[in-house]
Amino acid sequence: MDLGLPATTVVPDGVPPLTDDTRREAREIIARYPRSRSALLPMLHLVQSVQGYVTPAGISLCAEELELTKAEVGAVATFYTMYRRRPAGTYHVGVCTNTLCAVLGGDALFAAAKEHLGIGNNETTADGSVSIEHIECNAACDYAPVLMVNWEFYDNQDPQSLRGLLDACQAGNPPAPTRGPSRLVSFKEMSRVLAGFNDGLGQEGVAAGPASLIGLDLARQRGDVAPSYPASEA
Amino acid sequence: MLTPVLSAHWDEADAFTLEGYARHRGYEALTKALKTDPDALIQLVKDSGLRGRGGAGFPTGMKWGFIPQGPEGQGGKPHYLVVNADESEPGTCKDVPFMLANPHALLEGVIIASYAIRASHAFIYVRGEVTHVVRRLHDAVEQARAAGHLGKDIHGSGFDLEVVVHAGAGAYICGEETALLDSLEGYRGQPRLRPPFPATHGLYACPTVVNNVESIASVPSIVLGGAEWFASMGTEKSKGYTLYSLSGHVKKPGQYEAPLGITLRQLLDLSGGMRDGRTLKFWTPGGSSTPLLTADHLDVPLDYEGVTAAGSMLGTKALQCFDDTTCVVRAILRWTEFYAHESCGKCTPCREGTYWMVQILQRLEAGTGTEEDIATLLDTCDNIFGRAFCALGDGATSPIVSGVQLFRDEFLQHVSGGCPFDPVASTVFGAVTA
Repeated sequence: MDLGLPATTVVPDGVPPLTDDTRREAREIIARYPRSRSALLPMLHLVQSVQGYVTPAGISLCAEELELTKAEVGAVATFYTMYRRRPAGTYHVGVCTNTLCAVLGGDALFAAAKEHLGIGNNETTADGSVSIEHIECNAACDYAPVLMVNWEFYDNQDPQSLRGLLDACQAGNPPAPTRGPSRLVSFKEMSRVLAGFNDGLGQEGVAAGPASLIGLDLARQRGDVAPSYPASEA
Repeated sequence: MLTPVLSAHWDEADAFTLEGYARHRGYEALTKALKTDPDALIQLVKDSGLRGRGGAGFPTGMKWGFIPQGPEGQGGKPHYLVVNADESEPGTCKDVPFMLANPHALLEGVIIASYAIRASHAFIYVRGEVTHVVRRLHDAVEQARAAGHLGKDIHGSGFDLEVVVHAGAGAYICGEETALLDSLEGYRGQPRLRPPFPATHGLYACPTVVNNVESIASVPSIVLGGAEWFASMGTEKSKGYTLYSLSGHVKKPGQYEAPLGITLRQLLDLSGGMRDGRTLKFWTPGGSSTPLLTADHLDVPLDYEGVTAAGSMLGTKALQCFDDTTCVVRAILRWTEFYAHESCGKCTPCREGTYWMVQILQRLEAGTGTEEDIATLLDTCDNIFGRAFCALGDGATSPIVSGVQLFRDEFLQHVSGGCPFDPVASTVFGAVTA
């Protein structure tokens, strides 16, 4: 009987299919854990690294490999905000509008982003290059207002710098993150990192940004130090 | 006044590498720990007075001591260490820069803690929204393994350890330790009923320690310096150094490492204070889940007891400072929208309560609310606080109850004449570039 439900293996135009390699990598993820189901979150990141969002085919693959029902996998995928139900842009831009960033300018930045691109929250530009989303606190309040692109830090933004960044992303030529690698990777490449596959860029970029160093700089200027370890212990 | 330990070498370009860490006695604590009896290590951490830096302030050594040992019952099951690196409490921004700059200190702490509680598998559950931190953790694990600090029979001690870096997927609730465990098991991140506690029935219903990043990262220094050295900093019941995260309308937002018990006045005096021409209106001592304080509380010692005595909580030491351009109703609405968005839906008071509080606060901020709305808001808080399944619900009431208590006149002003504040004035870039 046809219930009119979408076929789970059909892949929309332009979305790459999941391959044997995807399945092999999913099994690599499973092997990291004492119990297989723990692999589900990284496996969903892996699906996004191939297809740009969590597709019905991705749900099926996870369910098959973990011997779960598709409903069980779907229930998990829909709980977490980083799993997308529609394709992300090549560059997924998050503007923090939690209280501190919002007050310091995040609200103005998000309004400017929507106006500049002509799209709304969680929408993608027609060319597929940029999607935007207002996000919650991203643990960089000392760099407020904060913007994330593909979950890399773009600290201390203003509307002008934001528009420049959006234009550069649309042109396929984004600047490097302020605290991150020397180049901005795509949404799909980033998702592979979250799935636990090292992309070799971890040694690039600063150890710490300026705000992270402010207390240390001040301590140096003042000659403030922690007590040294006792000689008997050292 | 400042005591950089965790942050002492962040200004070195290669601070995050194995070589950069080794230059400052990195992994020496591990060598020493592996020659020490595990129970003696637990005692050392107990003696140091180290308390959890993730917000609750529970004594770390005591948590380790709760893990059942020996071959019988729960003790005979595998033991796990899980690091809570899901830093998401609004205002909290210490663990992320720490892991970016010095992931090896965390990893050394993980290895020592795992050895102490006799775990052969550890997990670092890091929030997914910080890609470069995830990379640095991957690299640190690979580098440590290559150096023989991880794997089988570590440095001939007979101790085996595997560490998995596990990226979350966007859910504040996973910072709650039992929700984190469910998430790590591949489920929706929803909190569990306690008891049983994770110490006996944690990950896969096995004995599990869940510790915050900063707590675990403090362990190598305690092993090297000793309990007395650590306890020589801080106050009577709040020992040691810690990272204070200063943010908002201050001249120099950033990370300040100081002994527990420093005051906000001292930190502001050190760092140049609020931005020019403006005064401090309200602040959070430890993220948005800790009741708001004002300029009247500048001399409160920022330790666990001092902040509790002032009617709030030390929390994560996330000092978000707002000046007199900020509308308190708007600030509280945003936090409440956050709690409503992040409520996991498991329990009714939190799920329904946060939803309705957003509706009421939106009316109040828009100037269409009534005085009765303020009473309804407080009544709703009464029905959430202490009745929710986990601390998220309690946290959601903190900014509202404290905000109405401290700024009732401003709420009333919104009722009678709408919002009197210009949001442009509170931005860091003003109208010039907007």
